[in-house]
Amino acid sequence: MSRSAAPRMPLVAALEVLVSLRQDRIVVTTMGAAREWPKLSRHPLDFHYIPSAMGEAPALGLGLALAKPTREVLVLNGDGAMLMNLGCLVTIVASGAKNITLVVLENGVYEVTGGQRTAAASVPGRAVDLAGLARAAGFASVQSFERLEDWQRQADDTLRQSGPRFIRLTVEPVADWHLESPGPLPERLARFKAALAGM
Amino acid sequence: MDFPGEQVADVLVQLGITHVVWLPDSAIGPWEHALDRPGRLELVRVCREGEAWAVAAGLHLGGRRPLVMIQNTGLFESGDALRNVLFDLHLPLLALVGYRSYLVPDSTDSARRFTEPILDAWGLDYILIRQPDELGKMADHFRACHEAGRPGVVLLAEGRM
Repeated sequence: MSRSAAPRMPLVAALEVLVSLRQDRIVVTTMGAAREWPKLSRHPLDFHYIPSAMGEAPALGLGLALAKPTREVLVLNGDGAMLMNLGCLVTIVASGAKNITLVVLENGVYEVTGGQRTAAASVPGRAVDLAGLARAAGFASVQSFERLEDWQRQADDTLRQSGPRFIRLTVEPVADWHLESPGPLPERLARFKAALAGM
Repeated sequence: MDFPGEQVADVLVQLGITHVVWLPDSAIGPWEHALDRPGRLELVRVCREGEAWAVAAGLHLGGRRPLVMIQNTGLFESGDALRNVLFDLHLPLLALVGYRSYLVPDSTDSARRFTEPILDAWGLDYILIRQPDELGKMADHFRACHEAGRPGVVLLAEGRM
């Protein structure tokens, strides 16, 4: 199947599934997820990593998972950001952390800079298999969803699998948007730290 | 000058360090067993130095006290992550950085040439330790930075890579 023919789900609908299932997980968002998640959910254990270090949301999430081993951490990453730091797949597995789920929202482009294709989306003749990379790195659970109805049906079971978990969701790109801060960083950080301290 | 890993680990434990997030060089590498003591110190191995700052940021936010341990070459590589966690998130993280070629007379190693100017450019509070009997100086510096709530760096004088 060519990349252009592959089904994709709307980003917001994909995230709504996670919002409904997040329970008391720590949630770290970046890029497109950081744009949409705050519109869907407000929770003291949400941290929207804006401004961020490029590609480092999974690493920050790993630090949280190691600091809070009895709490599940959900990291919502973009595919462009994932490509910037593929090594973190190995770092996460090597750390031994089981309480982390890395969700990659794959749209094949750098939305934030205007929709240019990623290198992975430009490989001639074949799609780069990010889920395959996660599997090769040793993630205990690796799942990939292209159709919203499949994701809606299987998300709960997927999140209950042994960790660390990797979930690839193929989503539609969103044109013409800007990543705006969901509020002053010092206040957001203070709220987040207070929520973590209360756990 | 070889720094004994056990002695370094003891100092870190006394400082309350909980996790060492590292990508070793040849001077720091021999400390691996001393630093990898679950229940005493947790060693987190990263693939690239930028990750070290972000992992340490998560640990710090979660209430732990991490130390980033990398070489100066990794310091250069990890600039964007360092910038973000120290100056956007304002997290007072501590780092021990191997200072490659410091002990090589008349070294032309660019890693040596740019280390201190880079730290100065970032405005980071750093000291240099040259020999094991200066580990107390390292402890004092890390303690002072921690109490002041600011980031701090200790440069570890090294020979060649």
